[in-house]
Amino acid sequence: MDIHLRNITMKFQDVYAVQNINTTIKSGQLVSLLGPSGCGKSTTLMLLSGLYKPTSGDIYFGDKNVTNMEAEDRKIGMVFQSYALYPHLSVLKNIMFPLRMEKVPKKEAKERAQAMTKLMHIEHLQDRKPGQLSGGQQQRVAIARALVKEPKLLLLDEPLSNLDARLRLEMREEIRRIQQEIGITAVFVTHDQEEALSISDHVLLMKDGVIQQHSKPQSMYRYPCNRFAAKFLGNPPINLIETKHGQTQEKLHLHTYNQTKQILAAEQRDVTIGLRPEDLYVSSKENHLISGQVIHMETIGRDTMIRVQLQEETVRALIHPDATIQVGQTCYLGIKEENIHYFNTETGIRLTSHEGGSGNGS
Amino acid sequence: MDLNPTKKSTLKGYLYLLPALLILITFNIYPIIKSFVMSLYTDFDFFTGEVFAYGFGNFVEIFQDPNFRIAIVNTVIFVIGVVPLSIVLSLIISLFLNSKIKFRGAFRTIYFLPYVTSVVAISIVWSWIFHYDYGLLNYFLSWFGIDPIAWLRDPQYAMPALIIVSVWKGLGFNIMIMLAGLQTIDEQYYLAAKVDGASAWHRFKSVTLPLLSPTLFFVSIISIINGFKVFDEIFALFDGRPGPGNSALTVVYYIYQKFYEEWQFGLASAAAFVLFIIIFLFTIIQLVLGKKFVHYN
Repeated sequence: MDIHLRNITMKFQDVYAVQNINTTIKSGQLVSLLGPSGCGKSTTLMLLSGLYKPTSGDIYFGDKNVTNMEAEDRKIGMVFQSYALYPHLSVLKNIMFPLRMEKVPKKEAKERAQAMTKLMHIEHLQDRKPGQLSGGQQQRVAIARALVKEPKLLLLDEPLSNLDARLRLEMREEIRRIQQEIGITAVFVTHDQEEALSISDHVLLMKDGVIQQHSKPQSMYRYPCNRFAAKFLGNPPINLIETKHGQTQEKLHLHTYNQTKQILAAEQRDVTIGLRPEDLYVSSKENHLISGQVIHMETIGRDTMIRVQLQEETVRALIHPDATIQVGQTCYLGIKEENIHYFNTETGIRLTSHEGGSGNGS
Repeated sequence: MDLNPTKKSTLKGYLYLLPALLILITFNIYPIIKSFVMSLYTDFDFFTGEVFAYGFGNFVEIFQDPNFRIAIVNTVIFVIGVVPLSIVLSLIISLFLNSKIKFRGAFRTIYFLPYVTSVVAISIVWSWIFHYDYGLLNYFLSWFGIDPIAWLRDPQYAMPALIIVSVWKGLGFNIMIMLAGLQTIDEQYYLAAKVDGASAWHRFKSVTLPLLSPTLFFVSIISIINGFKVFDEIFALFDGRPGPGNSALTVVYYIYQKFYEEWQFGLASAAAFVLFIIIFLFTIIQLVLGKKFVHYN
């Protein structure tokens, strides 16, 4: 069942939480709604669930217009950020609850709920109350409850944000496993880019209620369609260097960078170039793009990160740990030309179009 | 911090308890013990405080007194009439006040007013409402072609009148407590229940009721105890009489009569002790039932 959002707008008093969204979520895919807090991703999820009704626009589940259908009737499963397990019911009864509402016979409901506990590896917890479970276990119960009625669509609202780092990693793989095992369409809200990039088939990046980019995780990372997308994805964040049109590029050493030279010359406006820290490497005085004094250096696990002073700004680079560089030295950094991103400084929009996602495509 | 009690810390603790304890002992604990002892005085001189004989005679006497039996029956009828009605009404009103409506704050204040208004003032207003000739209630009933009722003078209607006033008076407190209870229920449970396909009725039955159960339990215990202790509403509503033909004679009113009107301190104490036992038993029963049905987080 494909899900279509057509011109969806949601207004709270005078504030637009979601503005004129058009997108399609393909059947069987896991799609992440990604963005900073207040970007409208949770509102979009609530609109899909039917707990919110859009101010205007239509939502289709397959061919069916469900815009005005109540949440009770949409036959969806939802996992809440706080899990919202009924505290007075045992794990098994929590999972049986949606089936009881559908008037499934008690015996069958119990069997289906027990099958769910098996899938989620929580058979041994059936008789416990939610208060006696750890965060990860509660999470599993919440997913089991969402899936037990075999919904067409599973919605997850920041499901991992209440877990500690290690458990988060485990649960996100678990969510991916379950989703693929039963082949359900799932929408996953998160503000964590790593979560979104690691488990989704598609990422829908939002800002201020507007979709910025909808594409496969990798192409979103490699070809961000605007400066916001470039900045939001990647850790440490991308380096953005503004250049002024028609002036000599003091910050950049374009000696061997012919393509860059051409692009900057061809554009009749200011251009911002983006350099991902991991794409930069230590180069020679002849072939470098940028150079400056190393003002900071740290090694975290396998990565060595340096900060280089480039006039009034600093540039971060992840370099090979073996590189013999010390704080205070002048460092020459190079990058492959195809890894340089160009954005219109004024609008933030990407200049060179590559294959992969764009605004509302793919 | 040292968690084991030392002599010094214990002494310090007791010192903090002392002021409240002194007042409680003087005005609650001592009278309870004293009244139990007094209930066993069968022959004594209350001027000198000299007691000549102890025994269970007082208990035998009150159980043979038809008025005491009337008082017990009336009290039970009163409790059965007031408590369930009051709880159901307060629950409905508090659900309504907890929903998103206009002038919510104003409504909350209005419903709380009866609780903070003096019983005497309330009774004067209700005496007028219940008035045979000019009363608002009879006027209202006349719209439906019902003949005027002598609410406060007819023994048959005195108890219903008393129940109506008491339910109305108790609403404010119950609603306030229940509203507080309702507000502790996380909105997410309702959203989850909606997504799980629960209708409004099922959301009420499966989320609101169980999560409100500790509050309902508290309110019902307090209401039952208060119900058994009813006195001032009667005194004010029926002008210092226990209703026409003892129709609103309750146990506390009976104790009052024996103590202040007949100066039968022994009998009054025995009746008070019987009331204590009744309330105690009811509370025990409720606690046992509560363990089974009440959910605590």
